[in-house]
Amino acid sequence: MIRLLTRCIKPLAVALLAAVASCAWAQKTTLVVYTALETDQIKAYQEGFNKVYPDIEITWVRDSTGVITTKLLAEKNNPKADVVMGLAATSMAIFDNEGMLIPYAPAGLSRIASQYRDSKNPPAWVGMDVWGATICFNTVEAAKANIPKPETWKDLTKPVYKGKIVMPHPASSGTGFFDVTAWLQLYGEAEGWKFMDGLHENIAQYMHSGSKPCASAASGEYVLGISFEYRANREKAQGKPIDLVFPKEGLGWDLEASGIHKGTKNLAAAQKLLDWSITDAAMALYAKNFAIVAIPSLSQPLPNVPADYASRLVKNDFAWASKNRDKILAEWSKRYESKAAPK
Amino acid sequence: MMSAAARANPASFKVIPSRLALAAEVLVARGGLILLATGLLVFLAVPLVMILIRSTENRDGVFIGLANFAQYLRSPSFGNSLTNTLQFSVTTTLVTVPLAFGFAYAIQRSRIPYKGLWRNIAMIPILAPSLLAAISFIYLFGNQGWLKFVIGWFGIKTIYGMPGMVLAMTFSSFPHALMILLAALALSDARLYEVAEALGTSEWRKFMTITLPGAKYGLVSACMVIFTMAVSEFGVPKVIGGNTAVLAVDIYKQVIGQQNFQIGAVVGLLLLLPAVVAYGIDHLVQRRAQALLTARSVPYQPRRARLRDSLLLAFVILISAALLLVVGMAAFGSLVKVWPYNLSLTLNHYTYGFEEAGLEHAYRNSLNMAVWCALLGSAVTFTGAYWLEKTRRDQTEGLNFLRPVIRFQAMLPMAVPGMVLGIGYILFFNHPSNPLNFLYGTMTVLVLSTVIHFYSSSHLTAVTALKQIDSEFESVSASLKVPFYKTFWRVTVPVCLPSVLDIFRYYFVNAMTTISCVVFLYSPKTTPASVSILQLDEAGAIGSAAAMATLIVVTSGMVTGVIFTLEWWLVRRTQAWRNTAQS
Repeated sequence: MIRLLTRCIKPLAVALLAAVASCAWAQKTTLVVYTALETDQIKAYQEGFNKVYPDIEITWVRDSTGVITTKLLAEKNNPKADVVMGLAATSMAIFDNEGMLIPYAPAGLSRIASQYRDSKNPPAWVGMDVWGATICFNTVEAAKANIPKPETWKDLTKPVYKGKIVMPHPASSGTGFFDVTAWLQLYGEAEGWKFMDGLHENIAQYMHSGSKPCASAASGEYVLGISFEYRANREKAQGKPIDLVFPKEGLGWDLEASGIHKGTKNLAAAQKLLDWSITDAAMALYAKNFAIVAIPSLSQPLPNVPADYASRLVKNDFAWASKNRDKILAEWSKRYESKAAPK
Repeated sequence: MMSAAARANPASFKVIPSRLALAAEVLVARGGLILLATGLLVFLAVPLVMILIRSTENRDGVFIGLANFAQYLRSPSFGNSLTNTLQFSVTTTLVTVPLAFGFAYAIQRSRIPYKGLWRNIAMIPILAPSLLAAISFIYLFGNQGWLKFVIGWFGIKTIYGMPGMVLAMTFSSFPHALMILLAALALSDARLYEVAEALGTSEWRKFMTITLPGAKYGLVSACMVIFTMAVSEFGVPKVIGGNTAVLAVDIYKQVIGQQNFQIGAVVGLLLLLPAVVAYGIDHLVQRRAQALLTARSVPYQPRRARLRDSLLLAFVILISAALLLVVGMAAFGSLVKVWPYNLSLTLNHYTYGFEEAGLEHAYRNSLNMAVWCALLGSAVTFTGAYWLEKTRRDQTEGLNFLRPVIRFQAMLPMAVPGMVLGIGYILFFNHPSNPLNFLYGTMTVLVLSTVIHFYSSSHLTAVTALKQIDSEFESVSASLKVPFYKTFWRVTVPVCLPSVLDIFRYYFVNAMTTISCVVFLYSPKTTPASVSILQLDEAGAIGSAAAMATLIVVTSGMVTGVIFTLEWWLVRRTQAWRNTAQS
């Protein structure tokens, strides 16, 4: 018995030693990158980056926009991130105001369209691509329940959609947040909240991420999911019966943007990541996922996304959105979160 | 031992003076107690105290009294969450305990066939993370669910919310209630039933006046355990709760979503309250329990009763089928190409998860964590229990006050919800001035928190096993001048090996499936599989979430199978004395 036990302990001890040794052996630079990129995008981006810089390892800290934003703010005085990549520009603007970013002009900055980067020079953050609102509309379920395809945001408040719509929670999801700010900018404050009051009557669930509403619509759990074009295209490509709807009044949007976090001990590596993030190779990877990339000439048409997509985006005042983020979320929570469970 | 070895081998000159051996023994006895007490203090008591401290501070660590409590209690979401939590827990208890009682009654008090089979099926939920049940009930009763019409019979429009939460929680907690009730119904005095029979008492009256009162302590215990489990459950409401807010999800939102640790601490304390009350009630009731069996009792043997047995068998089959259906549905969902439109089978959800969502890494993390938890947990729990129960009080003079302290702390985790322990760990280990800060975000802290989280049950198992061994062994070895730790290693551990393996298995399975505590403590490099299920669900990848959950069930099922075989083999080979002693 004892021998059996000692025999078990020995390999364990060896494994432990090996683990300790392997830590000491790895001498690569490791960058801690906070991101809200989709899990299924990260891999391609990382591989692209490592093709050029094989000796820089990236540890991704991924969560939805709201969670990453609050996390970074909470860690402000004791930062753990080297780089923030693929996070909403509205959040980057908040960090910039708090003095959390190191301005840096990555090589080839001038190619980035001026509306897709921080206006200062050197900029605190640079954009990667635009991600915008899209409704995933399940055609099979709609036909079964005789539900018409909506054309406008206002259509969504009609009684026929009651309990059929899901949307992302604006506090946790960047997609949810730009939907709300787009409505407030489109209709003005008073009208915007009134519209959301009406919409709330039809919403079955507020979901954690911008992806889940589309996934839920695509699997027929609900008929309409307010989401964004990347997820909508992915779901459609998997053979799920959805149409992409782009409401006429205009689409909320934000930029996926990157910046260097103050306090990084790996400034050189961080700058390399920023440089890479606006290379042609990187843009080509973004262009597979999003219709508009930060160097407009490198944008590629996406299936199911209309050619005039850029002109359908609302005029989005990032400064206003980021300045009022807390206020808007508090108001939203007061109106829609404290109510009892939905019918 | 030394002297015995010397006698057996005259060539050996290694005769250690017995005084030195004695000193070593005292040192080991004292050192063990101190180590155990310190370990529990640092990894259990202090983190919990940190919650208390931080709940009265503001963001900058300034004492602000009860302002945080006032802020949370006044927030509109609080009343809502509290009512939902209580409704969820009470309903789950009222559904689970009667079902489990019926099942246990069928096993212990009837003559239905294949009892072993039903018993094993009923234990399956233990192998699964509670998230699996939530996912599976979405497949079954969701808006595209195959059995959606069934909930319609009960006037339920949607599974999201209270109905789904209660169903999924009933599935997850069923075996826990069942184990308690099986034990409660295991023994009964046949003479009571004989007297009742002689007096012409009806079956119903016998059930109401003998069976139920006999099981009342077990029933109270089961109710309290299920209630506590539901109060602190976080995964189920997160996945299938829709917009129904409960306290456990509030903590998650405050701590992860808002990074608001102070309010998180406040909710944690509020969550601790019902759990501690339930635990206290149970403790008080159990103290009044008296031995039902005396030396003169005759064990009750159920007689054949065709109608009763057929009804009970039907009930047991129904429950077993339902449990299998839940696991099977999740497994099926993980294999379906495009639910619900294209039901052809594929491994896409597995490959997607493994290639793109980092599941391979998460799965390996979980295996790693489960193995370490099982090794460390069984070693610490069992040795700890031995040091506590079997070392001589005169050897640890001056330190004996530690024994009740350790005993209390060993039972404390049972009343502490995993999420609360998790918050305590963040507050304590993530504190910049804590010298143990380097542990934060490591696998070590995941393992330690999980060992503590599941300490109580393992401790009880170990103590029970140790109490079965006569303390004569220690007396004899003392008189032979063999230090007790040699007796421990040479006699106690081999004799108790089946129980040690049981503890090992318990830790392994729970480490594979737990989520409530680790959800606050993982880092990108240590994300366990159970947490990745949650992340996949949040991203809407329900197929891959189901795949990961299925993989966990299969893994913990296989490990359980291997350990059971090992136990069976060990008992046959080395524990023959148990059978001869009994006969």
